Amino acid sequence: MAGIPLILLAAVFFPGIIIRTKSIVSGRKGPGILQPMLDIRVLFGKGSVYSTTTGWVFKLAPVIGLATMLSALTVVPFANMPALIPFQADFVFFSYMLALGKFFMIIGALDTGSSFEGMGANREALYSMLVEPAFLILLGTFAMLTGYTSFSDMFMAFHVSGNPIITVFGLIGFYLLVQIAMIENSRMPIDDPKTHLELTMVHEVMILDYSGFDKALVHITTAIKFAVYGSLICSSLVPAEWHPGFQILLFFSVQVAFAVIVGIGESFRARNKMQKNAQFILTLTAVAMLAFLVVLIVTNKLII
Amino acid sequence: MPFVYLRTRIKTIMPLLFIFFMVLSFGIFALRKSFRYTYTLFILIASIALTSISSLFPQVLTPSHPHFLTFSAPDSLSIFFILIINFTALTAFLFAGGYLKAYFDKQTSLRWSVHLWAYIWLYFSMILVVILRDGFAFLVVWELMAVSSFLLVIFEADDRKVLKTGINYLIQMHLGLLFLLVAFLIAGEATGQTGFDGLKSYFGSHSNILVFSLFFVGFGIKAGFIPLHTWLPEAHPAAPSPVSGLMSGVMIKMGIYGILRVLFSIQSDLFVIGLIILGFSLFSGIMGVMMAIVQHDLKRLLAYHSIENIGIIGIGIGLGVLGMATGNNTLTLLGFSGGLLHVLNHSLFKSLLFFNAGSVYQATHTRNIDQLGGLAKKMPYTAAFFLIGSLAICGLPPFNGFISEFLIYLGLFKSFPESSLYFSILLLISLIGLTLIGGLAIFCFTKAFGIVFLGQARSNRVDEAHEVSNGMLVPSILASAAIMAIGLGSAWFVKPVMKITSELSGAALPEVFTGDLLRTLSRISLAGGVFIGLVVIIAVWRNYHLKKRIVTTGPTWGCGYTGGDEKQQYTATSWADNFSALANPILGTKKNTVHIGENVLFPGKRTFATHPRDLFKSKLIEKPIDAMLSVFKKIAFMQTGQIRHYILYAFLFMLLILVLTIFKIL
Repeated sequence: MAGIPLILLAAVFFPGIIIRTKSIVSGRKGPGILQPMLDIRVLFGKGSVYSTTTGWVFKLAPVIGLATMLSALTVVPFANMPALIPFQADFVFFSYMLALGKFFMIIGALDTGSSFEGMGANREALYSMLVEPAFLILLGTFAMLTGYTSFSDMFMAFHVSGNPIITVFGLIGFYLLVQIAMIENSRMPIDDPKTHLELTMVHEVMILDYSGFDKALVHITTAIKFAVYGSLICSSLVPAEWHPGFQILLFFSVQVAFAVIVGIGESFRARNKMQKNAQFILTLTAVAMLAFLVVLIVTNKLII
Repeated sequence: MPFVYLRTRIKTIMPLLFIFFMVLSFGIFALRKSFRYTYTLFILIASIALTSISSLFPQVLTPSHPHFLTFSAPDSLSIFFILIINFTALTAFLFAGGYLKAYFDKQTSLRWSVHLWAYIWLYFSMILVVILRDGFAFLVVWELMAVSSFLLVIFEADDRKVLKTGINYLIQMHLGLLFLLVAFLIAGEATGQTGFDGLKSYFGSHSNILVFSLFFVGFGIKAGFIPLHTWLPEAHPAAPSPVSGLMSGVMIKMGIYGILRVLFSIQSDLFVIGLIILGFSLFSGIMGVMMAIVQHDLKRLLAYHSIENIGIIGIGIGLGVLGMATGNNTLTLLGFSGGLLHVLNHSLFKSLLFFNAGSVYQATHTRNIDQLGGLAKKMPYTAAFFLIGSLAICGLPPFNGFISEFLIYLGLFKSFPESSLYFSILLLISLIGLTLIGGLAIFCFTKAFGIVFLGQARSNRVDEAHEVSNGMLVPSILASAAIMAIGLGSAWFVKPVMKITSELSGAALPEVFTGDLLRTLSRISLAGGVFIGLVVIIAVWRNYHLKKRIVTTGPTWGCGYTGGDEKQQYTATSWADNFSALANPILGTKKNTVHIGENVLFPGKRTFATHPRDLFKSKLIEKPIDAMLSVFKKIAFMQTGQIRHYILYAFLFMLLILVLTIFKIL
């Protein structure tokens, strides 16, 4: 329950920390941590320009995008506190809710009739299709390991420490969650948000025609999405028996660390060649199967 | 006392009334052309009312003595299917009222009557298929269903292609019938009781796998499991849209009904049978959606999606059988319920999609997605309904498709902890299959909706398009309402389905389990409600916000290039391009490009075309047929037409027999 305001709070700082990290690494002075939020405030102050080609779908898309993100939040737990609306296999709901948001962003881009935006939408559709199995396999392994099927129960029952094999599983899971978060947010190495050429963009080119209020919504959605994945990573790390104060402290440390990792990663990593992306994303499914294998060993189903 | 008297009377009257309606339907041929539709609608509504009432209150209507039609005791599975048939038969016929208007003057009086008559008889035969248990009676109505749907498909028989497709369909249906006949005969021979009721005793004492396989092939052809599907992507586009909606929505589910009926009599070999069903279903699901992506005929795309959805239903059923085989109660209940509920869900959203595809066809006279675009502005309601159908078929919350897929997912995830190594791997494969199908469906329907309804028009066919009449929107409203009702109030629908499942599979339905599940479902409803509430709040906020700001319009951002036109937009083909680059080894889509020569002074036109192929059709059906034909052609030299040669053949044959007898080989 307490998770939602905390995640929203983390979302406020998240994009700023990434940008600040990147500026420090590259030796620039860089903007302040709150700059992305100030940008959003500026967007809220502006009017909107709509393409004459667009219709109601285009206008509806960012609204649905934010609504899906916020309703997906209702099933995300915070450390040992259950989610607002926890239920069995709620991560399926989480994953499909995000897919609904993506569906609308994709058709919103197609509504502009632009070849660029069609291209971005097409790529986004392909990548999000390919990343889906990895996430659900990972959650399936969590279910197999803990015997529970909801986010809240699974994370409560899961401890990284203790068994060394589980630590291996934890590391694989951590790697997967980070990579999935990067793909879902269209960051490196799939997509470079700072690229200036429309032909090489994925997410940025999809939202080219949004302005003012709508664009602000899109940015807010992205920021929250990052923080949600950060929160998932954190929940799988926090021991349930900790004092809530420490938990909150750890939550923010994990979020900051995650943002810094993203920033450092983006500073030193080049974007994949567009054709390599599909292969790269499918590798994650293979890694998820590796996690599955590890859990088979942990649960004594596979005896070696 | 009078009440009891009335009850026994009603029990006899109801079946008689149904037969009376069947007879009444021949009146279509005697009426004036303009009255026929209304007359058929009247009979249809009356029959629907009759069957619905008898299904919803079976305890009142169960006759005390077996009837000659064995209308007796339609069990819960039959009732479930009757209700599904009734709903879609009604909406499809209402839609036909508007859709067929364009054909009223074009078609001859006889064809008009035959079409309406075939429609109502397809309805009657489907109802009888799910009621009758006796083998031969069942096969008769099964045949009737094939013939009446054949008549419906060839409505536009002036087009040779349509006629050819129809005949192809009819032949394949008879192939299926043959398998069913053999299966019923084998079981009937052994037990002396031909029909579904005799199967249980047969399976108790004989090998299960063989007869089940016969049934599976026979029913699978109707359901459209790959590689038995080849009639499906041809027949659906050829038929008028209301008929496609009815066929795809409910008729192919008769195959599922048959498989379920047989399954619940199976006594042994459950694990192997479960594996067979699961394997075929995963394959159908994934291949169906992959082939759907590369299509550019809107109705053919939807037809391939029917195969995909049959795959999802089959995954549910297959997991259910595996649950039965391993004694995993949870998986049995959730798998079967997910599959059964998906039967209902698919009948709703697929008919909705076919109706609106039909509206698009009527408005633009083309089914080629690459020639459409920008229809959302001309046909806003059609676009909105198509969007609802698309979201539902992709299994996205808060629509109904999510609920049935969720049940299957839940079954998978709940079974993970207790299952053995190999079973876990099986579950993992199912999980990957199901998520892949979901992702691919989103890829496909963003294309179907986005290219058809959004952006700019890709050809002048769109220019004169306008919204369809209100009458044609009514069926879409009904179907959408049902979709939303199941999506948001899932608990009310899952509970009866769960009961049916438990009744048929014999899996116990513990209080705790139902309670947990219903709590989960009500929370999904709650989360769905939160989502809708958030959409409304943000939309209102947006409107309020924009009221105070300057809102202007301009051209789409062209990256500095202002000469862009509708030709530069993404098309169905280019949308599928990056996917077919990945999947081409399996799909074998052909690309034909005519390049412009390098040193040509006056370059001509450059052309490019893609041809999606159905590898199963070409490899499994066309290739053997070609091989067979070539053998026959070689043998044909013997057919000289001269009587002395034929006498020689007979003589040689007798000589051969003689020689063989002498050497005691024969």
